[in-house]
Amino acid sequence: MATTTENLSSSIENNSDEDDEGGRAAFAAQKKHKMSPHSAGTVDRPSSIRRSSLLLSPEWDMERKSLRHLGDLDDDDQIRIAYFPNIPTIQDVATNEGDDDAPAVDVSAARRSLFKTKTHATVTSDDEWSTASVTSDSLSDFDDDDDHTVTGIWQNVPEAPPDAILGIAAAYKACEHPQKVNICVGAYRDDNGNPYVLPTVRKAEYRLLEQNEVKEYLPIEGDRDFVYCAMKFAYGREMDIENHVAAVQSLSGTGACMLGGQFLAQFWGSDHPIYVPNPTWGNHIKIFKQCGLKVRKYRYYDRSKNALDFEGMLKDIKRAKDGSIILLHACAHNPTGCDPTMEQWKEIVSLISSKSHIAFFDSAYQGFATGNSEKDAQAFRYAVSQHVPILLAQSFAKNFGLYGERVGTLSIVCGDVVQKERIMSELRSIIRPLYSSPPRHGSSIVKTILMDPALKEEYYQECAKMAIRIKKMRKKLEEALQVAGSIHDWSHITKQIGMFAYTGMDEAMCKQLTEEFSIFLTTNGRISMVGLNNSNLTYVANAIHTVTAGKTITA
Amino acid sequence: MILPSISRSVLRQHSKAAARYATNIHASRTMSTSSSPWSQFEMAPTDPIVGLNEIYNKDDFPSKVIVGVGAYRDDLGKPYVLPCVREAEQILMDKNLDMEYTGIAGEPKFVDLALKFVYGEDSVPIQENRVHGVQALSGTGGLRVFGELMAKHGHKHIYVPNPTWGNHIPIFTNSGLEVRKYRYYDAESSDLDFTNMMKDIKDIPKGSLILMHACAHNPTGMDPTMEQWKEMSETIKKQGLVPFFDCAYQGFASGDPVKDASSVRMFVEDGHLISMVQSFSKNFGLYGQRIGALSVVGADEDEAKRVVSQMKMVIRPMYSNPPRQGARIVTTILEDPRLTQDFLDQCRGMADRINLMRTLLQDKLAEAGSTKNWDHITKQIGMFAYSGLNKDQVMEMREKHHVYCTADGRISMAGVTSGNVDYIANAIHDVSK
Repeated sequence: MATTTENLSSSIENNSDEDDEGGRAAFAAQKKHKMSPHSAGTVDRPSSIRRSSLLLSPEWDMERKSLRHLGDLDDDDQIRIAYFPNIPTIQDVATNEGDDDAPAVDVSAARRSLFKTKTHATVTSDDEWSTASVTSDSLSDFDDDDDHTVTGIWQNVPEAPPDAILGIAAAYKACEHPQKVNICVGAYRDDNGNPYVLPTVRKAEYRLLEQNEVKEYLPIEGDRDFVYCAMKFAYGREMDIENHVAAVQSLSGTGACMLGGQFLAQFWGSDHPIYVPNPTWGNHIKIFKQCGLKVRKYRYYDRSKNALDFEGMLKDIKRAKDGSIILLHACAHNPTGCDPTMEQWKEIVSLISSKSHIAFFDSAYQGFATGNSEKDAQAFRYAVSQHVPILLAQSFAKNFGLYGERVGTLSIVCGDVVQKERIMSELRSIIRPLYSSPPRHGSSIVKTILMDPALKEEYYQECAKMAIRIKKMRKKLEEALQVAGSIHDWSHITKQIGMFAYTGMDEAMCKQLTEEFSIFLTTNGRISMVGLNNSNLTYVANAIHTVTAGKTITA
Repeated sequence: MILPSISRSVLRQHSKAAARYATNIHASRTMSTSSSPWSQFEMAPTDPIVGLNEIYNKDDFPSKVIVGVGAYRDDLGKPYVLPCVREAEQILMDKNLDMEYTGIAGEPKFVDLALKFVYGEDSVPIQENRVHGVQALSGTGGLRVFGELMAKHGHKHIYVPNPTWGNHIPIFTNSGLEVRKYRYYDAESSDLDFTNMMKDIKDIPKGSLILMHACAHNPTGMDPTMEQWKEMSETIKKQGLVPFFDCAYQGFASGDPVKDASSVRMFVEDGHLISMVQSFSKNFGLYGQRIGALSVVGADEDEAKRVVSQMKMVIRPMYSNPPRQGARIVTTILEDPRLTQDFLDQCRGMADRINLMRTLLQDKLAEAGSTKNWDHITKQIGMFAYSGLNKDQVMEMREKHHVYCTADGRISMAGVTSGNVDYIANAIHDVSK
């Protein structure tokens, strides 16, 4: 089945790190819940979190009372309304310089005039964008001179910067070179370069159709059976889900990170920063900023060695103030593909525990990384076993190939069932004013597969098949580079894991690959292994050799 | 069943490895209650509408009835999947489509069809290509994106009718907008409070957002007449307000989607640059698919596209891109004339049944001996009847008769059937006499 062009650009658009820059927004100021320190520890833990009638002013309170007759709110209810704090601009992010997620398209100075005229924006770097913030002066301030009755409403709205990755997708589409290669794509491709719908997924869909599945609303927290299966899949058969895991269905990984971020900003306090690895999936930063969290980075990848900067990572996690949130990629780190070893995970978890940090795991590749879904869950399962409080964002986009159906979960491991119920209630109150309840098609598919032993077995094999093909491509690429005559150490390609390889090529090399060889990738040297296949491997290897010969692939 | 491409030995290795890596996490080894960072949490209140289901489910009275959530039921009280939807699903299965990500704004084809459905293909701004939008997570999702967008762009308040759908308030407040209301319904007379509504609208400051229900006002079911809409349009124009429509029942209210879109189309014709959120939950019966659209009419094409680009900025860090299945179903139907006609017939069928139930309920109330004026039940339109019952009466109805509706006395007519209408009428009469 050929990839339709619309799908191509979509899949690239959505896996972009380097895309349209957000990070600046004007939200209403949060009334902070000032939390008294927990008596038992050094950490500023919330002792009593009451979502109050932080509701603004006396007028609002009267308003609220008169709104009571809406009847949707009983006298016992309080309107639980959350405000989000001012989102810091990118300048507030401590170690944002040298962000590897550089955009592919050149920066244009015309960007600045964005807010004054109606010109189209071109992509800019993080820094430029941060200085050109949207102020209320530029928008929607209705002077008496404006005809804002009908024509003036939107006229000052600037164009948002276009997605850099989409630019690459468009360029690939437009390219007529017969050997063009797309190694930017963030969705699995088979050996013919086609999207792959897992056979068990098709079977599940067929079954749902045969069963005349209804289309009713799911509960706010999602399909309970699906969530239960997903939790067993993540935490293992032995985990006591009922009593210790508060879990909700989410809109895939993005939605889960967003829910987790909202939850932490409201209940852990936005004065606790979230630390993300450097580099990380570009959307992480935007998601958490939009939730109102301070985003900082910890060292992660060492470009001089094309390997994990383990010492730097530990140092930064240690330096973070107690009770910070540490974002960890459960496996198959995106974009580097570089994961800690199990021994290293143990040290990381131990450190997190000693600092009373919260570990927020993003698990987007369980089963897809090594081919073994138990193994790919080891990091966060270990953290759970060590009583580290964790949040887990789970995506079924890659491992079940359900990208566009937006299936995932957010779970929070807690001490007992009472806590669980409370957390569930808070999560519901976050979800309801966001989208009411999640979409049911994808979760029904996953549930159908995981609840049927035969389908489940088949599924494990199909997922392993994808992982195995990727591993093969890694090995073949390394070999092909050697055959092409490259004398660089490319072992990181086979050491890395998951969908992406962080080659170490710099921006100039990447550009040359595109311009001379019509090989399309992001300028940070990240290549998507799924874009490689037996037909294009040699071509790509030769091209990479050509652009890297005589140069260095370490920073 | 073993796939030929994976040898048995590889599989054996994998299952051995799996066993090796299985971690036993027993309950006794998870964190203790007090060491958890969540130990001091309090319970958030249950959503009153959705929470009703939970209370209802716990009741084991055999004749219990729920007329709470706005989801259509057939005359046997069963959920109803439109036959055209089933057919569309079958067509999609046969096409063997992939599951790739869609764009942040969703499928362009879907958005195009959705907008034409509500604005009308012959609408001038549509012809001039200055109406653009995004696929949204049904009504709620569209409202939230809109709220976030407007808060981001300098708006501080939004004016909503009193009463309005309960979820409007937390949606907009969480977006960062302060929710203010204008008078809408007069509970005394069970009628639109038009005079006071116009007074309040005239007091709304210039440039403010004003939300209106396109048709089938939720919860009251009272809509302005076309003359009244006209007056609202003129006043809103004079006041320089920013009109925003919540359109959740197009086709489902009167049975005619064109008629149900008249208010919106009038505003557009009058030159307003409206924005709108559409839901396909009720009219297409696609509740759980979360399918809707958020759109804006721009002064020109470029302007509308710019606003859409800003919508995408809100969406990307929220959920990246929307789910496909619902959009594909709607597209399959609306791009095919015969399926579209089927849809129109089936949607009308739902509206007709509801209107029949309204008449029946009013008759049964009279039969039960009620001397109260229940005209509003047949005057109102859409899924809900704003009965006029107060909270105490509602609670008594729950406890004594096991009839469940929301505390504001809002009855979901979709839940009324020829089988339970007598029972409901008697219950209402009993608590209100």
